[in-house]
Parts: sequence; C-alpha cells; structure tokens
Amino acid sequence: MRLRARARREPRRPAPADGGLVVEVDDVRKRFDGNEVLRGVSFGVARGETLVIMGGSGSGKTVTLRLVAGLIRPSSGTIRVFGRRIDDLGEEHLLPIRRRMGYVFQGAALFDSLSVLENVAYPLREHTSLGGVEIRERVVHFLSLVGLGPEVLDLLPAELSGGMRKRVGIARALAQEPRLLLFDEPTAGLDPTNARLVGELIERLGEGICDTAVVVTHDLELAKTVADRVAILIDGRFAALGTLATVLGSEDPAVQAFLAGEARVTP
Amino acid sequence: MDTYLRRTAMWYGGVGLLTAQVLRSLALPPKYFRLIILEIEVMGVRSLGVALTAAVFTGMVFALQSAVNMARFGAENYVGPLAALAILRELGPVLTAILVGGKVASGITAELGSMMVTEQIDALRTLGVNFIKRLIVPRVLAALLVFPLLTVLADVLGVLGGMVIMFVERGADMWAYWNTTTYWVVPRDFLMGVGKSFFFGAIVTLIGCYNGLSTTGGTEGLGRATTATVVHVTMGVIISDFFLTKLMLMIFW
Repeated sequence: MRLRARARREPRRPAPADGGLVVEVDDVRKRFDGNEVLRGVSFGVARGETLVIMGGSGSGKTVTLRLVAGLIRPSSGTIRVFGRRIDDLGEEHLLPIRRRMGYVFQGAALFDSLSVLENVAYPLREHTSLGGVEIRERVVHFLSLVGLGPEVLDLLPAELSGGMRKRVGIARALAQEPRLLLFDEPTAGLDPTNARLVGELIERLGEGICDTAVVVTHDLELAKTVADRVAILIDGRFAALGTLATVLGSEDPAVQAFLAGEARVTP
Repeated sequence: MDTYLRRTAMWYGGVGLLTAQVLRSLALPPKYFRLIILEIEVMGVRSLGVALTAAVFTGMVFALQSAVNMARFGAENYVGPLAALAILRELGPVLTAILVGGKVASGITAELGSMMVTEQIDALRTLGVNFIKRLIVPRVLAALLVFPLLTVLADVLGVLGGMVIMFVERGADMWAYWNTTTYWVVPRDFLMGVGKSFFFGAIVTLIGCYNGLSTTGGTEGLGRATTATVVHVTMGVIISDFFLTKLMLMIFW
C-alpha cells in the first residue's frame, strides 16, 4: 500500500512554481444553455498543496471541481491533470487519469444498494485482482483512516448518519490510493462537531496519505484548517487567489463582502 | 413548436449516440458476465408471468373472434392458420415487447435516473469505471437474449391458447386444427417474429437506459422520465414494427 509521508505544513507553503503542477487550469470558461458560469478561471495546484476554492452558492465552485475531474468539458480554455491535457479527451481515455484521483461528493454519492464494505471495496474489485479476504482487510484499513470501525461494514448507506456517509465517501476515494483528492463541500450539511472532525480528517490525510487536494467549500473555518492557498470565486472569476493571509487581507470589496458574510454564518 | 422539435431531435440524437457507445463497448471483461446473468433473471424470469398470461389470452380471444366471424363466410376451418400467423408474425413479438418492454424499460429508467440524480453514476466515473460497460451493455446483451426467448414462449402459448379455446368453445377437432395450421404456417413466419424481437429488445433497453441517463430535476424529473419511457417504448415498438415488417417482407418474401 502506497502511503507517502509528508512533512507537517507549517508554515504554509507559498504559491507553487509552475514546474510541479498536478492541476493546471488556464482561462477556462463554462456555459450552460447560454448562462456563463465560469468566465476565464486560471489556477494551478502543486504537488503537496491543498487549494481551497471558496465562493457563494452558484458561483461555479462545483463546476470547477467537475471540470478538473473531467466529468464535464469546458466551453473554452485548457485543463491539464498530472501533466496531461484532459479537456479534449474522450471518456475512455479519461478513465486511467481518474483512477489516480479521488473525488468526494457533497452528498457522498454512495451506491445505495451496496453495503459500506462493498462501497469502499468497489474500486478494489474493479481495478485489482485481490481476493475477498485481502479486500476486506484493506477496506477495514481505509475505514480506520477516516475514524470508522469494522462494525459499519455491513450497514447500508441509508443506515448511516450524514457525517458517517461523508467518511465512507472519503474512504472509498482513498481506496483508489489517489495522488489527487477532490472534495466537494465536505462539511456541507454537517453539524459543527462533525464539520470540525471532517476538516481535521482532511488535514490528516494531507500529512501522510494523499498530499495534493482541491477543496471546494463555503466554510471559512475549513479553509483555515486545511488550506495552503485559497481562491475566492465570485461571478465566475477568481476575485482573489493566494495564501489565506493574503486573501483575508484583500482590499477587493467583493472579497471583503464575501468573507464578512462567511464570518457571520461561521459558528 | 420549435422547442418541441429541438427536444425531439436531441432525444433521437442522444439515443443514437448511446447506441454507438454501446456498440463500441461490446467487449466486456469476464467479471461483467455475471451482470448479464443477473439482468436475464431480472428481465426474463420476473417477466414470464406477464408475457405468458398476455400471450395465452391474446391467442384465445383472437381465435374466438376469428371463429365467430369467419363462420359467417364458411371459413372457420382457417381460424388455426390465421391465428397462428397473427401470433407468430405480429402479436407474439409486439405484445411481448410492449408489455415486458414497458415493465423492464421503466425499471431501468427508474434505477439509472435515481443513480443520476444522486450522483452515483458520476461516482462510478470518478472511480475510473466505464459506466457504459458496467450499466448499459449488460442490459442490452441480456435483452437480446431475453426478448426472443420470451417471444418464442409467447408464440407457443398463444397458438395453444387459440387451439384450446377452439376445442372448448367451438368443438373443433384438435388434430384437424393442428394439421391445417402446420400446413399453412411455415418456419419463415416464426423466424420473422423472433427476428423482430431482437430489435425490440435492443430498442426497449436503449430507450430505458437513455431516459434514465438523461434524467434531470431530482425526484420529480425521475417520475417524468419513467412515465416518458413507457410512452417511448410503446411508440418505439409500434413504429419500428412497421419498418421492420416492411424491410423483412422486402428481403424474405
């Protein structure tokens, strides 16, 4: 099992040099039925970095993440992941690239007819020739990484709490042993305690399991916990992009208004 | 009107593209063969009751109606071949496709649509799984086997139903009925019906899958998609039946 150790991220890493970029997004635009959601977004994510993309509802955060995963195509612009251009690739050619990523969905997107064991084991059954006993051992290991014990193995997703579902979703993403993790609103819908636990879990994953991540959220507390850099997406453009301190100190009125709004709703 | 035409064109285009994707993905890894077996059970075994009950009663009512009316022309002796030809060439394959197809395709739409709105299909894609091979191809391959088999069984029970009702209600001689039927009905009649059922199986499954995969708008959209599937399958089978019949008559008659 590949577990890459990583030094603790203190102090926060500065903006990356272009050389080791895992994700490169260049002037990407995305339209849905004439409605332009992204209007020229550019950013890079270096190996070992966690980029947090923040923005209000409907600002295009999830669209950005889905573009990086190749789930949708941009209307224009280019996207490179692991050095390979993916915006013009067909579904078949995207599959091996996606096997090196883990995507954690906002609603967990667990397979509702399968148990927790089968959900987490899914990528292992699909892409490896491991036997049943070994797969079970690995599933137990991945669940332990997200703080869940073997007692949940036989439960169905409907029998889990929201926080547990998110954790199982993260465990399933980890089962791919990804080099890039994509989180879509990992704390949305969770109570403050569970939100904090998920934030700490993401931070822990970055220290030893998968050190490169893109996190989409509107939760400033989560950004403070996990971010190396933060981008603020407003009206389909990045209004600010830099370290948390840089973004918090931004004099852009739109950024200030957004952060003030977040500060009001963050417990 | 413009929107309706655009939506219709997009629907036909979408089904066509899905068909092309399925044709490109026909080579399945061995581990997916169990999915085909599972789908055969879901589509075939669980639809036997519906298909065979409909076939028996259709055969009986067709023979009964024909007997009463053909007796007016003194042609009651030809009820056997008439009923058999109607069942083998049209009623068996078409009724099976509409009844079983509506049931199977709406189930497929509901399942895939539910997976779409809960992002489970996107989850499959992010796990590096080819969802066409995993979710669509096994269903299409299963349908290509199940629909002809159900049609054969429906043909047999439909013809037997007609024969039994003629014996019970009209006092027909079973042997004479059977001999007249087998004299006029040739293997080509049977094969034409079974041949059409291959196409019906593919059409029904592809419509169910496409409507499921294009579901939007949450649970309300899921309900709309499922209802639309029943209508699309019925219309698809009836309309394609005409063109398939015309084509087969041109080629084989």
